[in-house]
Parts: sequence; structure tokens; C-alpha cells
Amino acid sequence: MKRDLLLFIAFALLIMVAPHFFHGGYLMNVLVFVGINTMLAIALNLLLGYAGQISLGHAGFFGLGAYISGVLTTTYALNPWSAMPLAALVVGCLAYLIGFPILKLKGHYLAMATLGLGIIIYIVFNETVDLTGGPSGLSGIPNLEVAGVVFDSDVKNYYLIWGVTLAVMLFSLNLANSRIGRALRAVHDSEVAAQVLGVNSRVLKVQIFALSAVISSLAGSLYAHTMTFVSPASFGFNFSIEVLTMVVIGGLGSIYGSFLGAALLTLLPEFLRGANDYDIIIYGALLMIMVMFMPGGLVRGIPALYRKIFKQKGEGDNA
Amino acid sequence: MNFKVMNFILAAVTLLFSTTVFAAAPIKIGALFAVTGPAAFLGEPERNSAKMVIDEINKSGGVKGRKLELVVYDTAGDATKAVQLATKLIKDDKVVAIIGPSTTGETMAVIPVAEKEQIPLISCSAGSKITDPVKRWVFKTAQNDALAVGKIFEHLQKNRMTKVSILTVSDGFGASGREQLKQQAAKYGISIVSDDTYGPKDTDMTAQLTKIRGAHAQAIICWGTNPGPAVIAKNARQLGIKTPLFMSHGVSSKKFIELAGEAAEGIKLPSGKVVVADMLSGSDKQKKSLMAFVKDYQKHYRAEGDHFGGHAWDAVMLIRNAVEKGADTAAAIRDQLEKTRNFAGIGGSFNYSGQDHAGLGKDAFVLVEIKNKDWVIVK
Repeated sequence: MKRDLLLFIAFALLIMVAPHFFHGGYLMNVLVFVGINTMLAIALNLLLGYAGQISLGHAGFFGLGAYISGVLTTTYALNPWSAMPLAALVVGCLAYLIGFPILKLKGHYLAMATLGLGIIIYIVFNETVDLTGGPSGLSGIPNLEVAGVVFDSDVKNYYLIWGVTLAVMLFSLNLANSRIGRALRAVHDSEVAAQVLGVNSRVLKVQIFALSAVISSLAGSLYAHTMTFVSPASFGFNFSIEVLTMVVIGGLGSIYGSFLGAALLTLLPEFLRGANDYDIIIYGALLMIMVMFMPGGLVRGIPALYRKIFKQKGEGDNA
Repeated sequence: MNFKVMNFILAAVTLLFSTTVFAAAPIKIGALFAVTGPAAFLGEPERNSAKMVIDEINKSGGVKGRKLELVVYDTAGDATKAVQLATKLIKDDKVVAIIGPSTTGETMAVIPVAEKEQIPLISCSAGSKITDPVKRWVFKTAQNDALAVGKIFEHLQKNRMTKVSILTVSDGFGASGREQLKQQAAKYGISIVSDDTYGPKDTDMTAQLTKIRGAHAQAIICWGTNPGPAVIAKNARQLGIKTPLFMSHGVSSKKFIELAGEAAEGIKLPSGKVVVADMLSGSDKQKKSLMAFVKDYQKHYRAEGDHFGGHAWDAVMLIRNAVEKGADTAAAIRDQLEKTRNFAGIGGSFNYSGQDHAGLGKDAFVLVEIKNKDWVIVK
């Protein structure tokens, strides 16, 4: 337990000093998005990695958070700090209500149902032009503000986003190591066995689905207030898949894995930009190689790779 | 003796340094185009045209002895990416001006960045709200949807058609067109008898057209970009609808005629002058620019230059002209852009001012009709 806490503190410190090495350049902006994507990946990981329930509609919850915050603060001139929890509440209730019928489904059928949910939300963003501004988006969303400090630069946003992300991480780490986390893993392995042991799997699945949606909504609200603009294209089916890829590449059932996956998938396109039109091919090939040789994700693959290299070297010395 | 040699070397070194410093400082211009993704039909010709015209300028010695350097990034039509890349252009590449993005949504997302960092942005997308209200650092080269709508309504008014059905695509382009159509109809004494939309990926619009047939309009106006409108043209023909069909400038490229085939015949649409460049009279101010653009594009890419590419061409030329007048910083370029008068480009004749950052008048469009798989100007 103590080791876990030390690891988290070390990680948090690393995140907090990181900006000093980038001097407020463009990379800062990308790192803000790494934070937002980490939150999303953690949200989906709680559902998929721990409870074993897939969702292909998380971009929808992310978008709902962004749009509810956006509309409330622009059209209805609400304070962003009150809009954010309101958005989370609405999205949480919605997920809770939808969760009961949807989570009765399993496997491919659950994937289909959540996929449908995501697409419906996307269509609503597009078609309710009077409310959301339709396909050309909603602009003029205010930045967040704390005691006269407006979060309008990349560096300020970095600390804001990562502050929240670290809190979400700490919460999720604790949740994963709690009685609930163990119950979730039991549901993952066998729902029947979990029920025999006294876990109310039906309610538990719905609760974790709602929690996952609330974290996604929070990420969405923060996205809206840092970007100050939202348009439906950012919350389509593709983005749901991207978040899913982050979770799988990073490592299912690992909170740090979600960070690694989010960081890799957000930063990789930036480093490949030099390759011009070939970047998409390289990107795809790299993802394929990683899934083939690191099926447990980066969080397990990197230590394994390290051990392998280290061990081989050791054997070589002996011979 | 030694002194003299030293002096000579010193002088030579100073001279060398000063010349290299002046010659090696190109003016960096950033560009954000949706080269891949759903808006690639805009981004690709835009990137090609921008690269082409920058090459031409540099080949002929640059502007005032300085070369122009273009840094292009692909946004894939994604607003989040567009914002990130705009930040990259400004902070890492240190550009003095940005051309693009290609779509209205992306432009609206990038505007706060440009305004805050005080870098002139010349958008290549059409949405009226980009420059209305006027933003200090934001200009655009694409014609307002309002002008295209006006062109169609003028024609309808002249021909005493007062009842129209509209069918618009549910994306940024269609939404903006729909808004303008509804807003301007009353001004021309036109009533909209039916108002329908279709999805950007729909492959059959028979349902909407059947409904429109029942509305007994005198004209149908469809607002969308390829391939939707081609499907609509074909569906309308299959249903035997004889009502005159009008399209938007979103399909004014040969691609549309190819896609719609026979069904394209007789369709009228407002278009930038580029598709009818060779039919314009010699007195047209834009003719020289248009012919140069069309010929260049044919030479470089063996394809027909369209008006989307023209938006990027105009943006580069506007910056070039500003640089020629001595501006080489972001603020100076902005000020010079605002002073642009009578610049005859591809999209039209540009006149920017403190109150108008769109810069085009009604003469930016001509109404064309498709006849024998080619364009004809409607008088």
C-alpha cells in the first residue's frame, strides 16, 4: 500500500515539474490534451478493464459534458464552476437510467448498444441547431476562473487539467484497490461466481457505468472551457474508438496504463508529423506491432521488454 | 601590412555575415488545410494551390528580395487538431500569418488562438460568422454564403418564381446555407414552401424529394457538397420531377458533372468565376489572375483548378502584396491586409476595410448552367 502511494507521489511530482522543461512551447498544448485523454481512458478502463463491460459510446458522454457546459455558460450565462457539476449530474443520471437495460446485454450486443447510444448523441449535437449551433459548432465558451486568475494559457490549463486528472487517478487507484474494485474484477471473471459470493452484479455494473460517464463528462466540460469552442465532429464514433485504443494499448485494468496509452496515442502523431503523408501508415503499423508483441499493453509490455533485454545480457556475461 | 590584412578579413567577414543574414531570413507563412478526412475535397486543392503559388513567387526572386516559406499542416478536418496545429505554427514555427483552415467549424475554433496571439488569419472557409462581427485579426477569402444565395434569389425574382423548396445537407456548409436561404427569402419576395435536410453520407434522397414534389414549388434549391447533390439530381430525374433545380457553389467543379452525369443537364448554380475563366470578357478585372491560376494548376498537377484552390491562392497573394508594401511582422501584415483595395483574385475583387474583413461583393459570383457537360454563363 505504501509503495503504491509513493509511486503516485513520484508520478504527481513528475507531472508537476514537467512544464519547466518545455518552456511553454507548443508541446504544452499537446500535454493538456494528454491530460484530458488520460481522464477519458481511465473512465473507460474502469468499465472495460475492471468490470469487463465494453462501451463504444464514450465520446458521446464526453461530448455531452462539453456541450452541456458550453450551452449553459454561453446561452444561459451560467458560471462555469456551476455548469460543470450540473453537466456531470445530468450525464450521470442519464447513464444510470440507460445503464439498467443496456448492461443486461453482453459481448457484441453490449458493444452494439453503446455504439448506437454514441451515434444518437452525435446526431443530436448535429441536428439541434438552435441549441448547439449544429455542425459549425458553438463558440465563445468562457475560460475557467479561480479568484481572479483566468485559465487562458497553455501553462495555466496544464496545471488545471492535470490537477483534476491526478485527482481522478488517485480516486480510481483507491477504488481499484477497494472492496468495490475486487467486486468489479470478480464480475469481470465470472458474473455467476460473483453473484454467488454476494456481489449485486447488476447494480454494480450500472454504478460503474454511471461513474465512468461522470468522469467522461468532467473531461468534456474541461475540454470545452480550455478550447472555448466545441463542434460535433470532435465527439464522433472515431473518437470513441480512439479512447478504446488508448485503454487497450496502455493496458487493460491498469490506471497507469491508461496514462501511458493516452500519452502515446496523443503524442505519437506529433512526432510522426515529419513523415508527411506516410504518418498514418507508420502510426497504424506501430499500433499493430504493439498489440502483437505487447498483448498486455504498454504497462506490462515495457517491464517485460526491459527484463528480457536485461536477462539476455546477464546470460551473455555468464557464457 | 598585418593591419591591412586583418582589416580586410574583418570587412569580408562582416560583409559575408550581413548578406547571409538578409538572404537567409525567409518570411514564414503557416497553413492549416484539411488534406485528409471528410473535407479533403477542400484541403487538397488548397494545399496544392498554396504550394504552387509560393514556388512561383520564390522562383521569380521572392518578394522584395525575401523568399516566402510555407509550413503546411493537415488538420484532417478536426477542430481540436486545428487548434493544436495553429498553436504549433505560432509558437514553434513562429509564422507571421496563417492561411486556412478549410472548414467553418475549424476556423471558428482557431479564431480565439489567432486573436489572442495576434497573428493574422486568412480563412479559406465560407461561413458568414467568421467575419461577422469583424474580428481584428481574422480575414477570409471564400465568398460568403449570403452572396451565393443572393445570386440565386435574384435570378428567381427576375423570372417571377416565388415559391421554393429547399433541401440542405446537415453539416456546417448546409447549415449556414439554410440559415441564409431562410433569412434572405423575404427580401426577394420568395416564400419557402418546404424545408428539408439530408445527412452528409446519405445515398438516397427519394424520400425528401417525394415530399418536395408534393409541395408544388417553382424551384428546388439544394445546398451541399459532393456527392450528395449528385444523388439528388439523379433521384429527381428518376422521380420525373420537372421543377428547375438549383445547386450551391459547393458543387461548382467538374467532379459534380461527372458524378451526376445526364442528370446534371440544366441545373443552375452560382459559382466563382474560375470554372468559366475562358468565357469571361476581356474587360473582366479578374480574367488575368484566373487564367494564370488555371494554366499554372494544369501545368503543376494536370488537373483542373477549382475555386477551393483559388481561396488559398488569393490568401497567399494577399499576404504577398502586404509584404511587398513593406510589412514583415504579424501586426504590419494585418494592417496592410486591411488596406487591400481592388485586388482582383480568383474568388473576386477584394476590398478589405476596418468594417469588412470578407471583402467581396455580389460580382464575385456568376450564375452558371450545365449544358452538354460543361458550364455556360446565364445572362
